[in-house]
Amino acid sequence: MNLLSISGSPHVHSDESTKKIMWRVNLALVPALLVAIAYFGLNALLVSLIAVASCVLFQWLIEKYILKVPTTIGDGSAVITGLLLAFNVPSTVDMMWIVVIGALVAMGIGKMAFGGLGKNPFNPALVGRVFLLISFPVQMTTWPVVDGIFPMNFDVATGATPLGAFKEGALPADVTLWDAFLGHVGGSLGEVSALAILLGACYLLWKKVITWHIPVAFIGTALVFSAILWLVNPEQYMDPLMTIFTGGIMLGACFMATDMVTSPMAKSGQLIFGFGCGLLTIIIRNWGAYPEGVSFAILLMNSVTPLINRWCKPARFAA
Amino acid sequence: MKTFKMGGVHPEENKISNDAAIQVIPVGAQMVVLMNQHLGAPATPVVQKGDKVKVGQLIGEAQAFMCANVHSPVSGTVAKVEPVKDAFGLLKPAVHITVEGDEWMETIDRTPDIKRECTLEPAAVVAKLKEMGIVGLGGATFPAHIKYSVPEGKKAEYLIINAAECEPYLTSDYRVMMEHAEEICIGISILRKALGVPNAYVGIESNKPQAIARMQEVARQFEGIVIEPLKVKYPQGAEKQLINAVTGRKVPSGKLPIDVGCVVSNVGTTFAVYEAIQKNKPLIENILTVTGKKLPTQHNCLVRIGTTFADIVKHTIGELPATTGKVISGGTMMGKAIVNLDAPTVKGNASVLVMDEGEARRAPETACIRCGKCMNACPMGLEPYLFSSLVKAGRTEEAQQSNILDCIECGCCFFSCPANKPLTDEIRLGKNRVRAMMAAKK
Repeated sequence: MNLLSISGSPHVHSDESTKKIMWRVNLALVPALLVAIAYFGLNALLVSLIAVASCVLFQWLIEKYILKVPTTIGDGSAVITGLLLAFNVPSTVDMMWIVVIGALVAMGIGKMAFGGLGKNPFNPALVGRVFLLISFPVQMTTWPVVDGIFPMNFDVATGATPLGAFKEGALPADVTLWDAFLGHVGGSLGEVSALAILLGACYLLWKKVITWHIPVAFIGTALVFSAILWLVNPEQYMDPLMTIFTGGIMLGACFMATDMVTSPMAKSGQLIFGFGCGLLTIIIRNWGAYPEGVSFAILLMNSVTPLINRWCKPARFAA
Repeated sequence: MKTFKMGGVHPEENKISNDAAIQVIPVGAQMVVLMNQHLGAPATPVVQKGDKVKVGQLIGEAQAFMCANVHSPVSGTVAKVEPVKDAFGLLKPAVHITVEGDEWMETIDRTPDIKRECTLEPAAVVAKLKEMGIVGLGGATFPAHIKYSVPEGKKAEYLIINAAECEPYLTSDYRVMMEHAEEICIGISILRKALGVPNAYVGIESNKPQAIARMQEVARQFEGIVIEPLKVKYPQGAEKQLINAVTGRKVPSGKLPIDVGCVVSNVGTTFAVYEAIQKNKPLIENILTVTGKKLPTQHNCLVRIGTTFADIVKHTIGELPATTGKVISGGTMMGKAIVNLDAPTVKGNASVLVMDEGEARRAPETACIRCGKCMNACPMGLEPYLFSSLVKAGRTEEAQQSNILDCIECGCCFFSCPANKPLTDEIRLGKNRVRAMMAAKK
């Protein structure tokens, strides 16, 4: 007989693993990707593929040649960063090379510089996205106009997003709430369809990858805050439902603010985190220089996550 | 259905030995009886080499406060009194007996009749529990006479019988309930009267419907025994969680159940109480489950304490399968891996659980993704991930301030960690360091 092995208890493990969690998130992003391909065509597909491939490649290169550690690209986390980065840029031909730079910043500075998965304080995809927004302001705000289903042409007409148009004066008259919900509006590649994003979020809730706390606090705060502003002055401020269905609130609240690594661990902390994200988003949208503030809001709240973790402890069994 | 409020997990139940009736394991030729089979100081041997002993004769006397008597499980001659390695490789004082015949003490009632009447006063019951060496059989082996001596100024309001058997694989409590329900109820009545509480509540998880039905049927003939089916959730059988499930009360940090008016006793212990009080039989036998997914047969067996694990294997499954990877005494969540199969069994052992090579190895550890699953699974509302980093960094004082000593080592954190981090191991290390630090400060 073999020698017996010994170990401390417990001697069994749930079948949960980091890999499973990460691939579930990737699966949950598929509906939004399909909508993006349907509305923005080949461009969206290519930008996404390039972003994912570059993120995976950069992580592999850094792990192999700089950190000299066994590679972890199989865990799927680099794929998430790639998809989210692609989802946060316009689907234009220019992006097919710009997104590679974004991937390098996201993986290199956003993630691997801190020691890799689990150690980064900021959401890597958002680090990459904000870097691109500041470095390539023109290309990052040139939005293709949705035109039919699965356009095959690379050169597409461009126009403003609902948020951009609103910042300049008023919403385009032909944009309905229904368009915004389904995603038939201009915007970043993966953020347009609230429906597709919610579908993915429901899957994550069902699989217990995320809990309701951050998304509900985020979207709820944005809804309530914008409703108050809208009631005060409907001429100057956007309709609250339009507010949450346009721009990146849905994608941010469901997929980026919920990033386990960079959000608080206790439920109470998650509510505070979501509240802060919602509040900052509406403040930036209405009084900031940019028409959209989701990325900045989440990054700012990421920076206070360690503090929130310090204050918000789980309720003890009995003190 | 009731359950505890906070945290918990649901491991695969694997109660595959449920239907195996309790079988008697023959006595070995040489028996080794450890002197510390209980929480606290070891008993002092009161026999010497060459002494003749009978079954049930006192061989180790409780001289310290936190201690329990030890009795000979066999008859024969004392071969030597010297330490021996226990199942986990630790040297323990022991009495070695060469078995001759099977001669029992005359005081022990060996008839199969069930004796229902008990007229002993509470103080006499407690004294007899001490005399008979009764300890808690749920795992902690807490001396029963201390548990049932309610300190002055405190009052017991609830007697809770722990029949949750929430550990995967274990079925010995289940079998005792199925085969000895009446004796258990008599034992419960004795303890209930000794404590002077109106009702005893028997907490049984709902995955044992037959045991619930059997106990309900028998308990009807007794006064003040309430069967309480509980929703299946691990660690329901942990003392604080069971109290919370049954009464809604919470034992504060560092306090005992009696501080919230509760006394908890394992169902196997109540059977031992019956035998001790009504039959004058000391705690010399134990019921163990012999189980494992890859074993050809499953068993529940009655063994004399001191029988080696190897002998139990020999008389049940013959030999361990060639692919055995790990042997555990206890369940898969809190049981301990056995390092020495030739070691004798002790009062607290509940099983010989055989795991295959494939199940015995842990998956490699990956990076913590701060998912918080350990925190949500913790039934004590602690932060296992935080302890992990504090312990690794040697920040013992902070670990203490974060209440690491509240941890009951149930294993829910490690069980649910997607990164496979050995959180429970790290916390155990941290607890030991905190205790050492506190001892040094005194």
